[in-house]
Amino acid sequence: MSERVLITGGRGLLGNAVIDDVRSRGWLVTALQRSASGKADGERVRDHRGDVTDARTVEEAMDGCTAVVHLAARVGIEGTWRDFESVNVEGTRIVLEAARRRGVRAFVQVSSPSVAHAGKPLVGAEAGVADPTSARGHYSRSKAMAELLVLGQDDVPAVAVRPHLVWGPGDTQLIGRIVARARAGRLFVIDGGTALIDTTYVDNAGAAIGAALDRLRSSDTGSSDTGSSDTDSSDTGSVGLGGRALVISNGEPRPVRDILTAIVRAAGLQISPRSIPFAPAFAAGAAAETLLARRGVEPPVTRFLVEQLATAHWFDQRETRRLLDWQPEVGLDEGMRRLADWYAQQ
Amino acid sequence: MSAPARTPPPLPGLQPDWSRVVFIEDASSGSSIGVHVLDSGIVGNEPAADITVLCVHGNPTWSYLWREVIAQAPSGVRVVAIDQVGMGFSARTGRMRRLDERIEDLQAIVEALDITGRIVVLAHDWGGPVALGWASTYAAPAGKLAGIVLTNTAVHQPDHSAAPRLIALARSRALRENVCARTTTFLRGTTAISRVDRPTARAFRAPYGSARLRAPIADFVADIPLEDDHPSMPTLRRVAAGLSELADVPTLLVWGMRDPVFSSRYLDDLRRRLPHAHVQQYADAGHLVLEDRPDAIAEIWGWIADSIIDTHSDGATDDATDDATDDATDAQPPLHPASRLHERANTPGQADAPAITTPKTDGWQTVSWALLDDRARALAAGFRRQGIAPGDRVAVLVPPSADLLAVVYGLWQLGATVVVIDAAHRPPAMVRALRGARLDHIVAIRRAAPIVAAVRVPGVVIWRDRLAQLARESGDDREAGIAWEQVSDPDADAVIVFTSGATGAAKPVAYSWARLAATAEVLRAAYDFEASDVLVAAFAPWSVMGPLVGLPSVIPQMDASRPGTLTADALGSAVAQAGGTVMWASPAAVRSVLASAPEGSAERVELRERTRSLRLLLIAGAPVSRALIGEVTACWPDVDVRTPYGMTEVLPATDVRAAEIVAAEARGGVLVGRPLPGVEIAIAALDERGEPGARLSADPGILGEVALRAQHGKSRYDARAFTERHASRNPGWHRTGDVGRLDDQGRLRIEGRLAHVITTADGPLGPVSIEQALDEVLVDDGLQAAAVGVGPSGAQVVVVVLAPATAKGRRSRLRLAAPELVERVRASVPIAAAVLWRDAMPVDIRHGAKVDRGQLAQEADRLLAGRT
Repeated sequence: MSERVLITGGRGLLGNAVIDDVRSRGWLVTALQRSASGKADGERVRDHRGDVTDARTVEEAMDGCTAVVHLAARVGIEGTWRDFESVNVEGTRIVLEAARRRGVRAFVQVSSPSVAHAGKPLVGAEAGVADPTSARGHYSRSKAMAELLVLGQDDVPAVAVRPHLVWGPGDTQLIGRIVARARAGRLFVIDGGTALIDTTYVDNAGAAIGAALDRLRSSDTGSSDTGSSDTDSSDTGSVGLGGRALVISNGEPRPVRDILTAIVRAAGLQISPRSIPFAPAFAAGAAAETLLARRGVEPPVTRFLVEQLATAHWFDQRETRRLLDWQPEVGLDEGMRRLADWYAQQ
Repeated sequence: MSAPARTPPPLPGLQPDWSRVVFIEDASSGSSIGVHVLDSGIVGNEPAADITVLCVHGNPTWSYLWREVIAQAPSGVRVVAIDQVGMGFSARTGRMRRLDERIEDLQAIVEALDITGRIVVLAHDWGGPVALGWASTYAAPAGKLAGIVLTNTAVHQPDHSAAPRLIALARSRALRENVCARTTTFLRGTTAISRVDRPTARAFRAPYGSARLRAPIADFVADIPLEDDHPSMPTLRRVAAGLSELADVPTLLVWGMRDPVFSSRYLDDLRRRLPHAHVQQYADAGHLVLEDRPDAIAEIWGWIADSIIDTHSDGATDDATDDATDDATDAQPPLHPASRLHERANTPGQADAPAITTPKTDGWQTVSWALLDDRARALAAGFRRQGIAPGDRVAVLVPPSADLLAVVYGLWQLGATVVVIDAAHRPPAMVRALRGARLDHIVAIRRAAPIVAAVRVPGVVIWRDRLAQLARESGDDREAGIAWEQVSDPDADAVIVFTSGATGAAKPVAYSWARLAATAEVLRAAYDFEASDVLVAAFAPWSVMGPLVGLPSVIPQMDASRPGTLTADALGSAVAQAGGTVMWASPAAVRSVLASAPEGSAERVELRERTRSLRLLLIAGAPVSRALIGEVTACWPDVDVRTPYGMTEVLPATDVRAAEIVAAEARGGVLVGRPLPGVEIAIAALDERGEPGARLSADPGILGEVALRAQHGKSRYDARAFTERHASRNPGWHRTGDVGRLDDQGRLRIEGRLAHVITTADGPLGPVSIEQALDEVLVDDGLQAAAVGVGPSGAQVVVVVLAPATAKGRRSRLRLAAPELVERVRASVPIAAAVLWRDAMPVDIRHGAKVDRGQLAQEADRLLAGRT
């Protein structure tokens, strides 16, 4: 009765949350990543170790799967374009190709709002179309190309979801870096940190991806349509999901300063971020990129980071919530309490 | 110097397929003239409405003026915009064209275009006389004239005034060639005095690229008849006289009030000639009114649809609220506003009692009912001798006093329309407002001389210091006019009063005789007035109401335009002097009284002692805080304290007792109570974008725009046809622009202004609920909160702005509030996306109480977008 879904990149914070969520929805899970996902239970969830850039491994991992959640990606700002392209673009092509050959009926591409973000403030914005030419940085550009690959085909019913700034207890990416910076006295905001920014608590992102998987799969069995959205009749909430790109967030934008302050306090620190003006920060970012990034050292500040911190990015969530029939369960404040509990136990 | 007709090059907003050239025969020479027109053809696939809108430009523009009118044309309608001969891209004939020829040209163009159905003329500037001359000569006699829409134009040089100075100047022979033809001064000047961007201004100049092509502009100016012996004067006179034949044609006058050429005097002239016309004034627009206010174009189409194409209204009303109908005409004729004055003056034992008590330097002055009645009637006779006639509009610029009462009731005796404006308006705003009121005469104090001079009326100016003489000169001549026949039409205007402008631009509100009388009845019924009651008029408009409701009044020593100048001593002595029982005051006046006699002080004891006769205190005009209600009830525990809710358009509409406010929950909007007798309340639910729907409902719990229906509500907005159309979209109802909901006890709670609704993804929210939730948290810190929405409509987030409760000011920068304050606010209002700080809150100038949430929202939007 139960169908099996392949989840690539099941190891990180979000990967684990997605595994938990889809398992609770009744799916059997194959988790493909280079090391153990930490969620294998020898029963409903099984690990398949390997790399998404290896076509044979992917082919094997997809055995018996009717659906895919493609989460594996190279993130961050270090590395050459070739590094990002091979994992994020070629990797996606390989997974998608395998899915097509296997007749997979639902493909959830986990993407990023930055694929359509060109440095302008996003104020209650809609998702927008992925645009590799204006996306900033290797990560965003490669993810934009990957999203276009997935949504630009009709063989496998597909949807792209773009969780925005995922965070939660145990997060080494966003939270870990912010807290480390605060401890090092290097936590700053730009121009007072007034820009409104939306974020996503990890459990909400997991649940939204699970909802997208279920909705897409059920819309496929509900009709003989391939899933690509050429009709917009809304008999069920799921029709019209195929081919779409949806931003996922808590829908609770806050000023950057407030978010950073809350995170730092959850970690038990009484530190307030310093404010620096945009122009020198941007210049410092440019310098750091030139001097450090080439040597493979992660720069403490980049132009992309400065821009992200200085401009609003929050999103109109009405369409996402309607199409996914999903609401974030964990509010921002509750998430911060859970984060504080986690830090207290460390 | 002739040149053939052309078609325009590509220009912004112009579609090439609109352009065509038709040929007409020149009546005098017999030769053929090419005329460029923009012709939409019949728009869309709908069955044709058989209506063509014929647009006629003035000088020195061309059909480009009407591009947006064409672009927005509804389905089934045809729009034709002509370039007059020699103008725009039409042929240059090398010869001056006179007004009578232009009228014939227009007929020839209509024939050449094969326009068959009914026609609405739409004209601007000197296109007005051409279009109107054609309409009365050709279209109206043939039964083809469907409507008239005029924008900043003229058909007549008002007798009492000089020619438009700019035109006279440009017309002087020496200047004309230089200004109009040899240079582009006149061309550039026309667009420079309106808000026209560079590409648009260039497009307006496009057909006039050389002195040769500009020659007709100079000729057009030369054809303006300013002298009696001007060749075109007989034609212009004929056009003006012909307007009297058009009284049954739906007519709309749309006017930019900042036009240095066609000023409000020309509008007034047209309003007198076309008294049935609907009028829309734009205080902020100039000569090219449709360029300055492009939103007027959709309104004009709405007016054409309503008044010409289909005459049935779209306002659906709920069944529950549809039974009471406009039965005013069946009821007995309303009382004349002076009838109770006359009755008291002729009742033995009352005639010599004070009708009005006013302060003077060394005590008090009273005027009896008999004297006031006699003075009013003597003044009425004097006003008539001066040339004031029934139906004339007379502005009264006199502060609250016995003289004010005598003038107002004297004018009403005469059947004139009284125009009053709150002295709290700044002089420029007052001049603007009065200029738009189509005034005939003014009665004023000398101090208002600069305003009187700036307004300029065609009739008489009567100064207050001449009133006594005017009354004396009447001898035994008295205007007897309390007989209802004096007012030929109960639905004619008795009074025009301006909104305060605290929540938008000041708007003139007209009340008919019937509606004025109904206001008196509502007040008498709502507050159980008895013959022994005495009004304490601490609220300027209240001072005129005494005779209307048949009660004496006392005016305390204060600056009537500044409620904050009322002191405990002034109020106490006024109430004690006259035995005041019913007081109407603004919150600012009450706050000021209590502040000058603090709890526990000797002044407070004295205040209570001297105001022992008070039985009813009505606090209205601005939101009343619970704190103020607490203070008031502590000072006057035995007085019935109420806070009526209403507006200039319906005053009052509801009220609520202080005790009920205190007992009710301080959430969910400001409790303003139940409707007064004769008032109905309904709500137009908001959609997700915060727009109120067409349907009204009396069901509890629905958040929406508050609509009121009352016999004592306004007749209409004067000279605001478009505003009126929106406010009266449900016939008989007034849409208030306030947002609120009815509770399950039928009480109204106000949630703020429509423009301030926050449209979140979870539905629309009123700002007041959020602010109330914070009041309790912040009151001890001396802080106040305002809630605004940021983001796109329907997906907004809530932003809270904090400021010290006592600090008011526009110039202050928003920034993030201190983290500790942020936490406290979020504890009460978890949905607050951001909590901001401002050193002072921007408030309205009038009451110093209404927070300008619109400005806060704009500032917050910028701050929270970060770097743009």
